[in-house]
Formats: sequence, C-alpha cells, structure tokens
Amino acid sequence: MSEQPQILFKYRNVENYSNIDVYSQHEGYTAAKKALSMEQDAIIEEIRISGLRGRGGAGFPTFIKWNGIPKNWDSPHYLVINADEGEPGTAKDRELMNKMPHMLVEGCIIASWAIRAHSCYIYVRGEYVEPINALRKAVAEAYAKGYLGKGIFGTSFDLDIVVHSGAGSYECGEESALMSSLMGERGMPRHKPPSAPLPVISGVWNSPTIINNVETIATAVPIINMGGAEYAKFGSGRSLGTKLFTVSGHVNKPANYEFILGTPIREILETAGGPLNGKPLKFFIPGGSSTPMFPATDKFLDLPLDYETMMANGSMLGSGGLMFFNEDVSVPALMTRLMHFYAHESCGKCTPCREGTSWLTKIHDRIMAGGGRHEDLDILLDICNNIGGRSFCALGDAAAMPIQGALKHFRHEYEALIPSQSLSKRIFAPLPLATAAH
Amino acid sequence: MFTAEAKEQLDNIIKKYPTKKAALLPALWLAQEQYGGWLPADAMREVAGYLELPPAEVEGVATFYTMYNKEPIGKHHIEVCHNIACMVRGSDDIIDYIGAKLGIEKGATTADGKFTLNGAECLGACANAPCMMIKDKYYEDLTPAKVDAIIDDLKK
Repeated sequence: MSEQPQILFKYRNVENYSNIDVYSQHEGYTAAKKALSMEQDAIIEEIRISGLRGRGGAGFPTFIKWNGIPKNWDSPHYLVINADEGEPGTAKDRELMNKMPHMLVEGCIIASWAIRAHSCYIYVRGEYVEPINALRKAVAEAYAKGYLGKGIFGTSFDLDIVVHSGAGSYECGEESALMSSLMGERGMPRHKPPSAPLPVISGVWNSPTIINNVETIATAVPIINMGGAEYAKFGSGRSLGTKLFTVSGHVNKPANYEFILGTPIREILETAGGPLNGKPLKFFIPGGSSTPMFPATDKFLDLPLDYETMMANGSMLGSGGLMFFNEDVSVPALMTRLMHFYAHESCGKCTPCREGTSWLTKIHDRIMAGGGRHEDLDILLDICNNIGGRSFCALGDAAAMPIQGALKHFRHEYEALIPSQSLSKRIFAPLPLATAAH
Repeated sequence: MFTAEAKEQLDNIIKKYPTKKAALLPALWLAQEQYGGWLPADAMREVAGYLELPPAEVEGVATFYTMYNKEPIGKHHIEVCHNIACMVRGSDDIIDYIGAKLGIEKGATTADGKFTLNGAECLGACANAPCMMIKDKYYEDLTPAKVDAIIDDLKK
C-alpha cells in the first residue's frame, strides 16, 4: 500500500486539539496570519493552483466561487459554511468539527478575508449538537484571543462568525435550500441558473454569497500553510490533493480516513480492515447514498476513487461516503429503505420529486411484500427518467440514481422477488407493434 | 411563556442576523426548550409576536423541520438511526430490542412519560453504526448490552 499523507488529519489524535492553545501549538492559526498578509488575488491564486474542488458532493472548483465576488465590494456579502452533513454514509464533517473545530474557524478566516466578507454563518445540521457546541466553544475562544471580532489579529479587518443550528431536514444540505433555511424560511430550494442568479450574485439576503462545505474550507488551511503547488503534488488530473472518506457498512474497521484522491478503492477497503469477518462483498456505494452502486468485482474495486473515474463509470465521488455491503444484503431491500428516506425528505416543492419519490417507495414496498408486477421494473426506470433534472434541486435525482444503478447491476434480484404469475395481472395488454413494413 | 432570561437570549440572537426573521429557527429552538420539549400553538404564537411574523408563517416553518416536536414527547427521546449504513449493522434489531425493553412500539411513549422511541434518518455517524441519539447525545457502535447500560442509567 502506498503512503498516505495526512494533511487534514495530521493532528487528529492530539489530545484537546479542539482547544485553542493546543491547536495553536500545532501550526494553528499560522495560515490565517499568513493569509492576512497576502493580497486577495494571491490567496485565490493559491487555491486555484492547489486544484481544490468542492468536497461536499458537486466538486465545483473552489477558486471560481471565490473569484465570483466582485473585488472591493462594499455592500454586505457573506460566507456560508454548509455543515448540514446529511448524505447517508457520510460522517466526516462531524469528526472534523468535533475534533478540530479551530481548523474550520481558521478556514473561515482565510476565506472571509479572500472575499472580504465580514460575516460568516456556519449552518450545522440540528442533530449535530456536539459539533455545534464544539464550534461555539472554538468561536468564543477565537473571539477572546482577538482572532475574531473587530480588527482581527491586530489588522483593520472585522469578522464575525455565527454558528447556526438547523432543525432536521436533509434538503437543507442543498445550498439554495440551506440559504432559505438560514433566512428563517422552510428549507426549500430556489430556481437555478440560467433562470435565476447564482448565489455569488444573489445568495442569502439577496447579497453575494459564497457557500462551501466544511471540509473544503478546512482544506484551505493546509493549502495556505504548505502552498497550493505543494498540495497539488498529490493526486492527478483534475482530482488533486487528499479527501476525507467515511468508510462504513461491512468492513472490519469502519471509520473516517484521509486518502489521496485517486487511491484505488481496494486499498481503501484494505485500510478499513477488509470485508467484515472475511465474508465476501456483493456491492459498494462510492460517494454517499445518492451515488449509483458498483458490484464488488475486481473491475470496480480496482478503480481509482476520484471525481473523473467515478463519473466515467456512471457514478460520482459525491461526499466521500464509501459504503460496503456483503452478500447478506438484499439490494431491493436496501433500496426500499433508501426510498423511504428520500420520500420522507423530499421538501414537496417540485412535483416530479414529491410524487416520484413517493411512487418509487410504493412500488418498492409492493415488490418487497410479494405483490410486485411484471412491469414494475420498467415503471421504476420510467419514473427515474421523469424525475432526473426536472426539479429545482437534485434531491429527486439523488433518489433516482441509486435505483438506476441497482437495476443496472442487480435487476435479477428484483426479478426474483416478482411472482411469475404477475404477468397475467397486467391490466393493459401491450399494443401490437405496427407491421406496415411487411 | 418565555422567561426574561430567554428573551434576553433571543434579543442577542436577533442581533447576529441582518433580519429579524432569520432568528426564527434559533427562536423556535429556544421556545421548544421553554415549553418542555415541544411546540404548542402558544409557543409558536409567542415566537411570531416576538419576531413580528404572521403566526401561519411560523407554523409553516416549525412543521417543516422534524426536530421541532409538534406534540409532547417523553423526557428521553430515543432516536435510532435506521438508514442504510446502520440498517446493515443491525439497527432494526436495536429498535426492536429497545421497544421490547421499554414495552412500546416505535413512535410511542412509555406510560410514565419517560421514554419516546423513534427511528431516525441518517444521523451522520455511519462509521460507528448502529447509532442513536437521546436528546442531545449520540451513542454509537450499539449492542444490546450497551443499550441496556444506557437505558438503565437513564431510568434511574
């Protein structure tokens, strides 16, 4: 196995690392001080060179977002941190906030300075009471040291950070829904470009807003410390640097791990202790529950885990939630559970998602109860095709993609659950095909 | 009713946002704490009055989010994650085990009002599945023995 540099997790096991003094003894706040002596453009340039892309799921180049705020923009604009980690299979931001909250605070300082924002909101999912408390403590410590507030680090730059608690809604992890929620509304998504402006033009409170994932912002700290070029030495192509992965399911050592982007999935599996009790694996989900699964065959286990390879093979790197499942797991049963989740979490705004997730759930329930019909699998795919890309946000797509993946690789498991006599239950006979050619 | 102390807390929260409305989620959290763990109509009306919002809007927001309780719940709200990462590590068995131990079905509260048992969607502790949340605290890598210890401790 190759040596894996620990960049974000370097001091993960240092005791009391969440304390500002301990953090400061371990390179803490050196990057913030360095950044404050740099020009805006120089910071964004380091981020560009580093190749950093959004770690929350979409993989959008971070420097492009940061560059979107007009230079020397005087009117209010905001930095918002998406800490609404809700994608099933993902638990990395939680550990980051619990154990190294100051790294996130420091990242917020760097990013805020780079875009000259004086207000930063960290939106944390409501269930994360421990991370919220850890962050609030860290923010209070930073204020007490003069690292936040008026004239931070003795400069003339003011910065306030507010830790905001959500209240239980998967949808709020979607950036436009998160902004609605932060403004005190129901967590529903907004129109997307080209019919509406990007958050960087009009985000929270109709002001330019940069919204980034926790890990993305935390990664700015080592990038400024080591330099973008040094960071970009890891990985290849457009997948540079390291990333946190939550490895869960049927492995011996489920945990959060840091790997270079492009590390073969097999190596990650081995680091995580291999299959639980040696039982053969059946399939795995590479990037959180919304990303299509792969069978656990040599072909797929040998794939490098990075943005491009996952995309080229019909899945996504997503949020880094790598889940392994052994042969005991029934794919339709697992998908049924997942569909209940998406139907529950659909915010109800857009018809294709609201109705579609509910239908996907009902059909799965019917198949699991032994009442599946011959045409059900095609109906499932048809519903998926009618959800994809037809709603304001990607929640519906996130429900559809796993089904498409499951039916692509494990259609036989679904078919085995459908009673053979169900053919006769068809209400409508298929129309005869035109035979005019004869 | 909000105590004077809670009102002061709320005033401080409002100052952190550019609009009063943005304080709605924090205000509802505070109200839930003030009203014994759930949000009766009075609580929502009080928040609406304080933030100068239409009561219907406050109710619309409060009912959107699952963590605002719309009815009274037990003193200890047990929420066991039943999403896929926990499911394949035995969360259904844990839910059944707790249900049998407390003599209640999922979704119910014990007669003494001490425990409410619910399933929850992904709690974000997937590497330590199965997990559950009781009030503010996470309990991870659950086994029946661990569950026994946790619940027996809370029963005291």
